[in-house]
Formats: sequence, C-alpha cells, structure tokens
Amino acid sequence: MNFTLKIWRQKNAADKGGLVTYTVGDISADSSFFEMLDQLNQLLIGKGEDPVSFDHDCREGICGTCSLYINGRPHGPLKGTTTCQLHMRSFRNGETIFVEPWRCGAFPVIKDLIVDRSAFDKIIQAGGYVSINSGGIPDANTIAVPKPNADAAFDAAACIGCGACVASCPNASATLFVAAKVSHLALLPQGRVEGERRVRKMVETMDHLGFGNCSNTYACEAECPKEITVANIARMNREFLAAKLFADKEKQVSFSL
Amino acid sequence: MALAGLFLSAFLVVHLSINLLLMADDGGKAFTAAASFMATNPFIRIAEVALFGGFLIHMLFGVGVSFRNRMSRPVRYQHKSRSETSPMSRYMVHTGIIVFIFLVLHFIDFYCIKIGLVAPPAGIERHDFYSRSMLLFSDKGYSGIYLICFLFLGFHLNHAIQAAFQTMGLNHSKYTMIIKALSTTYAVIVAGGFITIPFWFIFLR
Repeated sequence: MNFTLKIWRQKNAADKGGLVTYTVGDISADSSFFEMLDQLNQLLIGKGEDPVSFDHDCREGICGTCSLYINGRPHGPLKGTTTCQLHMRSFRNGETIFVEPWRCGAFPVIKDLIVDRSAFDKIIQAGGYVSINSGGIPDANTIAVPKPNADAAFDAAACIGCGACVASCPNASATLFVAAKVSHLALLPQGRVEGERRVRKMVETMDHLGFGNCSNTYACEAECPKEITVANIARMNREFLAAKLFADKEKQVSFSL
Repeated sequence: MALAGLFLSAFLVVHLSINLLLMADDGGKAFTAAASFMATNPFIRIAEVALFGGFLIHMLFGVGVSFRNRMSRPVRYQHKSRSETSPMSRYMVHTGIIVFIFLVLHFIDFYCIKIGLVAPPAGIERHDFYSRSMLLFSDKGYSGIYLICFLFLGFHLNHAIQAAFQTMGLNHSKYTMIIKALSTTYAVIVAGGFITIPFWFIFLR
C-alpha cells in the first residue's frame, strides 16, 4: 500500500512546528501503524534526516504510552483500540493521513508527536491513591464488595491514562480520566475512606493545571481505547457535589514528636 | 449553569403557554388577561427578578466556561475533528449566542417599551402586548428571524436538558435513556410551539 503522510514536525517545545508531507510505499496491509512509521524513519535515517519522534512502549494496547491524533481522531479510526493496535488495512490505499500530537495546553509538545503528559501524574499525586498500605490480597469475602461495584470499579480501573479523552474533547478537558480514577477508588471499601478529600483535590488539581471543563459532548467516551463511559463522570460529579456541600470540616490536628 | 438552565427551561414552558394564546380566536382577550396577570401578580414580580438572575448566571457562566475551554487548547489541530459527539453539543455557545441576540431584540421590542425606555409604535399603548405582537408577526422579516432563533433554541435545549442532569451527577443505566428522550421531546415541543406562532401568522391567518 502507498500513503501520503502529513506529519507534525516540531524540533522542540519552543519551536513553532508545522505539518511536513512524506510519501511511503510498499507498506504491508498487515503492518501496524507504528511499523509503517518505523519504515518511514528508516528512510529518513538513510537520507541523513531527523527521524519522526513518537511515543510507544508495549505495542499491545495496555501501557497507555502511545498517542497520535490520526485524521481527526485520537488513536485513529478504530473504536476501542490504541494507536499501537491500529493496522494499515484500516486505511485506503493512496490515502492522505494526518498525524498530529495530542493538543492541550497542559500537554506541551516536547518534540514532533511526543507530548509531556506529566500533568496526569500531578492529578494522581493529588489524591489518586489509598494513603495506607492496604496489605496483600485478602481472603475472598473478608471484605464484602458488591459484584456490581467490583465490576464498575474494574471497568473504571481499565483506564490506561493515555490522554485520548483530553485529545478528543473540544474543550481539552481531562474529566473522563479524573472520573475514572475517582470512580475506581470510590467504589471499593479501601478507597471509599478518603473519597471526599480525593475528589476535591483531584478536581482542583485538574482545574489548576489548565485543562478545560466538561460540556458533555461525550467525545471522550467515543474515543477512549478502554471504552470508559461517561457514567463515571456523573459519579465523579455526585462525589464532588456531595464533598463540597455535605462533607464535615476536617479537624486540624497538630502533631509533636 | 446547569441549575440556572433548568430554571430557565421551566420559564420557557410558562412563556410558551401564554404565547400560544395569541392564536386563540378571541381578539386577544385571553392573551391580554394572561399578560396582565404576569404583570401584576406579586409572586410573578419576585420570580421575574430570579429570572433575570437566572439568565445572567447562565450567560456569564456559559461565556466564561467557553472562554476558558478555548484557552485550554492554545494550538488547534490542523485536521478537523472526526470524533463522534452528542448532537450540537459542540455548538452550545454558538446556539446560545443566537438565542441571546433574539433576547436582546425581544427586550427592546417588549420590556423596554413596557418600562417606557423605548417609545411604542404609533397607535399602540405601551402595555398592549397583544397589538405589539400582532404588528411584529405581520412583518415577515421579524417572523423569519423569530423562527430561525427558536430553531436554534431547540438545538440548544436538545443537548442542554440531558447535559444538565449529567452535570448534576444523574446518570443511570435505566433512566439516562429516558432523560435523553424527554430532553429531545421537551426541545421539540418548546421550539416547535414557539415556531408554530409565526407559521400560523404567515400561512394560516
């Protein structure tokens, strides 16, 4: 197969950057999108040019490292998959393919197609954890967890933190990501304990980092490679409203050793 | 914004019910009675203050949030988005601005005349909303603008009602489908109801 590629090239964070057109030929329909980019990079290296930089790691859709905004959609045209699971048979022979980095003020471009997603780490650091060591795997049914809660928590925990929700959202909002993290912990007994503080801190951090606000377009749900639903956003909103309106004031305790 | 929006949605139903009286074949008796009730009832007078507050909050939050949302993506994509979204949800601020433009015209045409800021057209008393409405709807240009604005209000409402429930955390595997259906039904009835009036004036009267 032959393709015309329009790829975003940007030397560094300070560079303005722009789309550069490349043509690639003799691409197997069964090669992955990244294998096609690898072939392009071999050509560029052969010509002494700078290869295209892009993020990738596991190449099997579980690590959340890959990104790429392909023809107006994060992770390309397939539903429920990451870029590394995308194959060239999903495109027409001779098609022009636009490849851009995730676009969000909180995700600055580092080089070409690589963006800095450490804003997500800062959100997790604000509260996406359980403060105490909750120990090893307890005996089954030692702590009762309703099956629907366990299922919903597991579905939310499937979030790989790739940032496709932010990339697809017309407002560059990280709401689905935060909602998935808030949900998966709030639904389980160990996470429930710090639920109120967690949702407040995580939402405040998300706002502070410059992500947009959710306007319920549901583009995130349509593009999430792990098919996280917006029901999690409603759960986070409930948690947030309850925490803001009804949570008791936290006691300020001073410790002295 | 969601709460203010739902409050405004309740107001629209009241306004539509009164407007539909324009089509009653009684020389405007029912419409005038309803309009004078709205103008004199003390509870309605208090509700009007809340209504202005509701509009203000909804608009300020809407514009503020849209501005912040635009700022959160300083460099735009080169390729147009192909992500599937809830119908018209991307254009809430645009449809909102169209409704706002209508609101300004409406304010000048009725409220400003009522309170005496703008002189009423010759031969019409400033509290005579019926004659004023008749005169405006007999103008095809005005009726056309009215029709288009309410069509966009319909698009706005179709997304808005179910989005307000989602924002307030009401999403349920059984009830969200019902809320979405009711949201669309409400939008069709309210926008359709308002649009019926200029249609009736232009084609049926």
